[in-house]
Amino acid sequence: MAEPILEVEGLVKHFPVRVGVLFKRTVGHVQAVDGVSFTLNKGETLGVVGESGCGKSTLAQVLMRLEPPTAGVARFEGRDIFGMKGAELRKLRRDIQIVLQDPYTSLNPRMTVGDIVGEPYEIHTEVAPKGDRQRKVQELLEIVGLNPEHINRYPHQFSGGQRQRIGIARALALKPKVIVCDEPVSALDVSIQAQVMNLLGELQAEMGLSYLFIAHDLSVVRHLSNRVAVMYLGKIVEIGTEDDIYERPMHPYTQALLSAVPVPDPTQRGRRDVIRLTGDVPSPIDPPSGCRFRTRCWKAQDICATEVPELVPRNGGHPAACHFAEERAVV
Amino acid sequence: MEFRTRDGVAKVLNGVSYHVSAGETLAVLGESGSGKSVTAQTIMGILDMPPAFITKGTIKFRGEDLLEKSADERREVRGEGIAMIFQDALSALNPVFTVGFQIEEQLKVRRGMSKADARKRAVELLDQVKIPNAKGRISDYPHQFSGGMRQRAMIAMSLALDPELLIADEPTTALDVTVQAQIMDLLAEIQKERDMGMILITHDLGVVADVADRISVMYAGRIVEHADVYELFRAPGHPYTESLLESLPRLDLKGQELKTIKGLPPSLTNIPPGCPFNPRCPRAFDRCVSEVPAVHNLGMGRTSRCHIAEEVVARG
Repeated sequence: MAEPILEVEGLVKHFPVRVGVLFKRTVGHVQAVDGVSFTLNKGETLGVVGESGCGKSTLAQVLMRLEPPTAGVARFEGRDIFGMKGAELRKLRRDIQIVLQDPYTSLNPRMTVGDIVGEPYEIHTEVAPKGDRQRKVQELLEIVGLNPEHINRYPHQFSGGQRQRIGIARALALKPKVIVCDEPVSALDVSIQAQVMNLLGELQAEMGLSYLFIAHDLSVVRHLSNRVAVMYLGKIVEIGTEDDIYERPMHPYTQALLSAVPVPDPTQRGRRDVIRLTGDVPSPIDPPSGCRFRTRCWKAQDICATEVPELVPRNGGHPAACHFAEERAVV
Repeated sequence: MEFRTRDGVAKVLNGVSYHVSAGETLAVLGESGSGKSVTAQTIMGILDMPPAFITKGTIKFRGEDLLEKSADERREVRGEGIAMIFQDALSALNPVFTVGFQIEEQLKVRRGMSKADARKRAVELLDQVKIPNAKGRISDYPHQFSGGMRQRAMIAMSLALDPELLIADEPTTALDVTVQAQIMDLLAEIQKERDMGMILITHDLGVVADVADRISVMYAGRIVEHADVYELFRAPGHPYTESLLESLPRLDLKGQELKTIKGLPPSLTNIPPGCPFNPRCPRAFDRCVSEVPAVHNLGMGRTSRCHIAEEVVARG
């Protein structure tokens, strides 16, 4: 039975837009995340997909408590994340870790690999007593497929894929239960991407980790996720199992997104359903009223401008936030 | 072609040959550092020399060798003969001039157009690349455009002098997938209309499968395989291409197992002896270390630089 480890309800994050030099006035808000709810179960991977600016990285930052939320609740193992302080918060930081996108800027160039991977132990001394640290770090390097003898090297001596492994080793140091992966493979070459994806899969199987896997690449998300949430302009527009989203998408945006991904098989040319959206994603400072996708949607009617569609199960299937949700196979 | 650097000589291109005809799309596929962009920049003549040195070879455009031309003659070819678009439109466009000015400039200098005529033509071009309200947006600066629109503006600029060949260097890599699809459609449409040749440089096998006629696969500054797009995806003729296809997660396949390519692409200052792919190749044997593979002709215009190319392609 699926046991929830992370529950998010009505999460909102608005960034104020200020103008002026001395007397700053707030002229509006970037509605980066606007009412997001989902559940991450133990041992599963929830993929979050969306285009740039949809709020998927802000979501990660708020859940990591790097940014305070504007509103909403998040619970880790039933306890409220945003209300935590002191020792309880420190414990939470052990349990939820993050792997960042860019392995070039997320590692300090002046620290050795041993220092980077071992740094979490400086704060959380209870996990590894001082004399034991080097052995622990070397173990971690071995787990992520790096040579434990390279513990004294610097990040620039490693390739992009190896650096991402260092980032993963650092995230594993405190034996977390949840890892938020924010675009972990998008900066890597194709032949290296597969190595890192397989590593993430193996680690999950061995350690029973739960992943919140944020990415813009729908193929990568399909490969790693059990369930998938699709985001558009700060809202989840559709959520379901991997099969629900890829085989039976109901929201027009999901369908367009899937249709736009080129498939590496020339015999599919002209045989796949082509849905082309016009224009760009609107500004999150002033999103369209009602359904935020309506300005680019071919199904839009009057009701879409006046009434926000709820993210509820539609047509006896999975939840989709569309008044006119309808299954359509596009892959 | 080699780059002479402080860290030694980087052998960036080691015998690259390809050709494109009018109306045709050749895709040049490779990972970062494989030399695909350098080849394009050599064709355009926009590389700084030194540090770059062309040690051998010819670049023939309409039958004439570009490398034997003077700087002035090469300038004639750029824009009118061959034009290029780049990955990052924001850094390719000049931030202190309006989009309109940057398109008009070439029309005024190269075509001797008056200011008014050039503006009219620039609006037409922006219309052609489907920038909404082209007339109103022409005096905007690049930063006022969205990513997709900037890429469209750059395409308009490259088309201003009606080139016969367009080199597109990762034109959609920086864009979101829905915008990528729009831009690829636009390029295909323009190409058809103008019967223009196109060299599409990319690392994305999906994009290649969608638009290319023929494919050249590059690895460590060499073309390791060359084939028609259908043939290449049906039965790759080089172990590198084969591994690449097997390591790619696919949208249309569920629960597929990803094979990985072990190791890393070689450093160009220190390319392994024999076949450059041999340290990572699952099929490597003694001869791959001692002998550089010759070009094997596999028929139907297919070539592969692998000692056992025939065996690899037969397995397909």
